[in-house]
Amino acid sequence: MSGPGGIDPTAEVNDRAVVVEDLTRRFGSFVAVDHVTFDVRRGEVFGFLGPNGAGKTTTIRILAGLLVPTSGRGTVAGFDITRDTEAIKRNIGYMSQLFSLYNDLTVEENIRFFSGLYGVPRERREARRDWVLEIARLEGERRRVTGELSLGYKQRLALGCAVLHEPPVLFLDEPTSGVDPISRRSFWDLIYHLAGEGTTVFVTTHYMEEAEYCNRLALMNRGRLIALDAPERLRAGMREPLLQIRTNASARVVEALEKTPEVIEVGMFGRAVHATVRDLSRGRDAVHAALDSRAIPYESIEEIPPSLEDVFISRVHEEGGAPDE
Amino acid sequence: MSKARRILPDPMRLRAVARKEILQLRRDARSMLLAFAMPLLLLVIFGYAITWDVRNIPFGVIDRDQTRRSRDLITTFQSSGYFTLREYLDRPSEIAENLYKRREMIVFVIPPDFSRDIDAGRQAQIQAIVDGTDANTATIAISYTRAMIQTFALGNIRVSPTRSGLPIRAQSRVWFNEELKSRNMIVPGLVAVIMMIIAAILTSLTIAREWERGTMEQLAATPVTRLEVVLGKLLPYLAIGLIDVILSSLLGVLLFGVPFRGNPALLMLMSFLFLVGALGLGIFISAFARTQLVATQVAMMATYLPAYLLSGFMFPISVMPGVLRVLTYVVPARYFLVVTRGIFLKGVGLHVLYVQGIFMLIFSVIGLTLAVRGFRKELG
Repeated sequence: MSGPGGIDPTAEVNDRAVVVEDLTRRFGSFVAVDHVTFDVRRGEVFGFLGPNGAGKTTTIRILAGLLVPTSGRGTVAGFDITRDTEAIKRNIGYMSQLFSLYNDLTVEENIRFFSGLYGVPRERREARRDWVLEIARLEGERRRVTGELSLGYKQRLALGCAVLHEPPVLFLDEPTSGVDPISRRSFWDLIYHLAGEGTTVFVTTHYMEEAEYCNRLALMNRGRLIALDAPERLRAGMREPLLQIRTNASARVVEALEKTPEVIEVGMFGRAVHATVRDLSRGRDAVHAALDSRAIPYESIEEIPPSLEDVFISRVHEEGGAPDE
Repeated sequence: MSKARRILPDPMRLRAVARKEILQLRRDARSMLLAFAMPLLLLVIFGYAITWDVRNIPFGVIDRDQTRRSRDLITTFQSSGYFTLREYLDRPSEIAENLYKRREMIVFVIPPDFSRDIDAGRQAQIQAIVDGTDANTATIAISYTRAMIQTFALGNIRVSPTRSGLPIRAQSRVWFNEELKSRNMIVPGLVAVIMMIIAAILTSLTIAREWERGTMEQLAATPVTRLEVVLGKLLPYLAIGLIDVILSSLLGVLLFGVPFRGNPALLMLMSFLFLVGALGLGIFISAFARTQLVATQVAMMATYLPAYLLSGFMFPISVMPGVLRVLTYVVPARYFLVVTRGIFLKGVGLHVLYVQGIFMLIFSVIGLTLAVRGFRKELG
């Protein structure tokens, strides 16, 4: 509820597309979203990164007007998320986690259906349809039944259908989940294209490399926002040095370093192990000692810049909990 | 949901939903069969299977008289079409055995002095032993027997004025269903029962399908209102329902020879009211069931038995126990049944059927309201 001293929609509409304060959503005793506060600037590609069950989908559904928050307040495109959900729906595009166009309709029929629902004026319809066919690269497939398309094409078509009415804000819930890397890349090109035209894009993902593409990134775990900044600043903001140990015995290295007091956090990355230490030189010595004393073979130990995944693990650790599996 | 929701449906969105529904329906063979073949199939099956006419009652005879008169009596029974002679029995002890085995339903015992009594002007007697297991048919068999005896008596006995029985004779004329064919009553009734079931099942699939396939989330994220979704989904099925009524009426007239004496336009108007309610009920069920399987089953349960048993189709409402009679008022098929029978057989107009019209109008308002209220755009 917006009261005195609360959110003034007119002020936000100018520079902030989404404003959220103390947003909470419970399902019974389960707290899916736990007092989350953030805002999204207009024209920004804003990422929500977190493991499954972190509360990303619940948050995006609340912002899209599909769920009512248990408490907290916020606006999307200037409209209140508890009172003006129908106005929000006219001003946003939304793409749900699972493909949800009609598989038994043709490409063109799906586009036409959503044009109708979004009230695209008749004189604009043809132009918008052609635009969607173009960005989805389905110009020659307009009469194909949608169910026959590959997931990459489907997702681009779904994105096109979600922005038929040229909404100022676009919500994408794990749009590239299950899509092959090349299609994923081309999907992100599309996101940039839309952002370049002034659309605010709010996107959730659990792919770390995709998170790098965002202007700003919110890290979410167990319903809580554990960090929010530009990806490079998040990495730079990691206070403790990070060591990478190259080895053929990752599992044994992890096991050994977990018992080493100088090491704060250990993570396995294939044939490398990342260890966050309190101090660079003492940490390096401690790791050497731990591995040598147990006769665990390794190729090298060197300091590396942290990846987003390291940042995520480190932040989760600071919060005092492991990410949900 | 916003309180300041637009009340009237937006024509563009309504058209989009209706158009999509038609496209999907056209590509779904199962729904097409359900929509067009099912009502006619049910009508043919039930139209032939259900009959309350009693014909060809199998009977046996122990003829102790063995005269021309006794044989004439047996011929009277046989040639009526209502009775079929199975066999002559020799001993009374065979009667029970034959009734056990259901070889005969009725056995006549003609005593030795049958024709002598008639010739002497005395009252002759025959005995009829009836299998009363099926009380209804037994009652009919007995009354047919009386009628046969009457026919026989008129031709064989010179009635003396002093012994002609009661001085008053009832002359009955049957109206509306002159030949008393039960089919004439069953077929129009079936149209009502079948439309109730088909309408509810057809729409029960629509919203559950959206939930099942995950398309509901995308739909819910658009500005489309609940009323637009409900009406958009309902309109194509309303058209189908009206076509079904026309087709089954034609089938009833052409195949079963049922008279159609009323105004077809009135039947359409009444069907419209009835179908809106039944289709709305299906959408309401669909919104709660969330899977197509559960939705069809619930729709079947909610419509089939009430429409079949409590609408007056099987049993006249006037003879039902009080509690059931009250219950029939909430069975919408009850009203539509009166309408179809009235229009088919009696040819009555709105001046009689307006009562049913009002009840069906109420039903359609309730059905629509339930559908719109039951359908939620929020995700749980």
